Amino acid sequence: MKFSLGRWLLPVYAVLALLFLMVPIVYTFIFSFNDSQKSNITWRGFTLDKWLNVCNVQNGAVCEAFGNSLIIGAVATVAATALGTMIAIAIVRYRFRFRSGVSLLLFLPMATPEVVLGAGLAAQFLSVGVPKDMVTIILAHTMFCISFVVVTVKARVAGLDPALEEAGRDLYGSPGQVFLRITFPLLLPGILAAALLSFALSFDDFIITNFNSGAVTTFPKYIYISASRGIPAEANVVASAVFILALVIVVSAQVSAAARAKRLAKSG
Amino acid sequence: MAFAAFATTTSEAEQVPRRKSPVALLLLLPGILYLVLFFLTPLVSLLLTSFQAPSEFGDIGQYTYAFRWENYVQVVTDYLPHILRSFGFALIATVLALVFSYPLAYFIGVTARRWPLAQSLMLVLVIAPFFISFLLRTLAWKQILSDESFIITSLKAVALMAPDAHFTGTPAAVIFGLTYNFIPFMTLPLYTTLERLDLRYLEAARDLYAHPVEVFRKVTIPLSMPGIVAGTLLTFIPAAGDYVNASRDFLGGPDSQMIGNVIEANFLVLQNYPAAAALSIILMSVILVIVSVYVKRAGTEELL
Repeated sequence: MKFSLGRWLLPVYAVLALLFLMVPIVYTFIFSFNDSQKSNITWRGFTLDKWLNVCNVQNGAVCEAFGNSLIIGAVATVAATALGTMIAIAIVRYRFRFRSGVSLLLFLPMATPEVVLGAGLAAQFLSVGVPKDMVTIILAHTMFCISFVVVTVKARVAGLDPALEEAGRDLYGSPGQVFLRITFPLLLPGILAAALLSFALSFDDFIITNFNSGAVTTFPKYIYISASRGIPAEANVVASAVFILALVIVVSAQVSAAARAKRLAKSG
Repeated sequence: MAFAAFATTTSEAEQVPRRKSPVALLLLLPGILYLVLFFLTPLVSLLLTSFQAPSEFGDIGQYTYAFRWENYVQVVTDYLPHILRSFGFALIATVLALVFSYPLAYFIGVTARRWPLAQSLMLVLVIAPFFISFLLRTLAWKQILSDESFIITSLKAVALMAPDAHFTGTPAAVIFGLTYNFIPFMTLPLYTTLERLDLRYLEAARDLYAHPVEVFRKVTIPLSMPGIVAGTLLTFIPAAGDYVNASRDFLGGPDSQMIGNVIEANFLVLQNYPAAAALSIILMSVILVIVSVYVKRAGTEELL
């Protein structure tokens, strides 16, 4: 058994620690119902108005920023997931030269502070003379997502039983058929997890975006700019809605995975 | 964010014999080329920018390529407090996050092992802060801990805080924000190693009459070292470069500005690109030294 002291102390601590982590989330959620005027600092009474008219504030600035974040997140996710998945397959399956160089190149972006990545790209765009807009944000986001995709998909490729693909080849499947019918479906959960992670990283990124966005406003950048004059409750609405959606996706994935594990345990 | 990087090590996965094939090149080339273009060359242009000299026409924001290493001397003399503060704040926040996260990760990974569903739901709660905007979370703390807030006014009422003291705008508030924001990065890698911890080792130590404290110090901690290494890196790196928490509109004040704030101001406001670049190179170099010490111990493949 654990420390005799730990029997009660540890569970109580864990509950308190988890509650502590929830504090600003709950605060943000509650203040999305605040009947506030321009800034959303003091409580002025409950209203559903902000949830029903999210886009009415500041000529739809909140929604425009949110829309930009969705577009950037979607494009960067597709690009990073494709590039990263290919690298992951190559790393696990093939032998090639400069192997340690490749893994260093994949590791370094994750070990570099975001402010350095952001300033570096901005310095490059400046020296080449590329104007900063939506495209430069997407290029930046794709860059920092690739490594995370590689790491996530790599684990899945490593866990793949090569006998399954061998069986496909033995049954005269062409390399293309074997990939599309066997390899890809088996990798799909890992690829989807990587895509979700990329989207989350891109959607919440502020530091790199701030250096490479020019006049384009993303949702986090909108909050940063508005912080000095007060964030409208509509921003809390958007953030809360995204939070609930993400929570539903993750919890249902966990619950269904647990249910599947139980079924497998029973049938096995 | 970066947790997945360290949460999944493939070292113990059975290794399929790797083949040599031109396909490998085709798979690698697009992604590697992308990283060379948008990660490696930007670092090179950052390095070149850090040595630039003001253009002879004296226009603001115009620079010519040179080898002005004095730029580095200049930024270190101008911003030494900010540089030291960044690493100091990041170090304190990392230690606080470790102390906060270890028991939590131990509970989820070891004590709650018998209830897999509860385990995964608690993990969801740990990463839940990621689902809500980083900036809004930090602003929420600013409101919750503002001078007029319930918490601060009650602390003052029971004389735990001086009546004219503030919390927001102080170094303590910035360290608090950094700690809160990076706790999930610490908890997740700790959880992954503790979840795989073989409890029979602890039993063996106890059978040999080791005191519980000794078991923890000599068995549990060494066995969870990979998680501690990954977690401290994942917390320290983003914390040292962060400029949101220390921003004056968030939790920071005049005497709590960090290197990130200076880089942002020099790059985006003052258009002093060489200074911003030199500071970025300094930040990156210090972090690379720290990381390489870790990498030497664990190897990059392992960290990936």
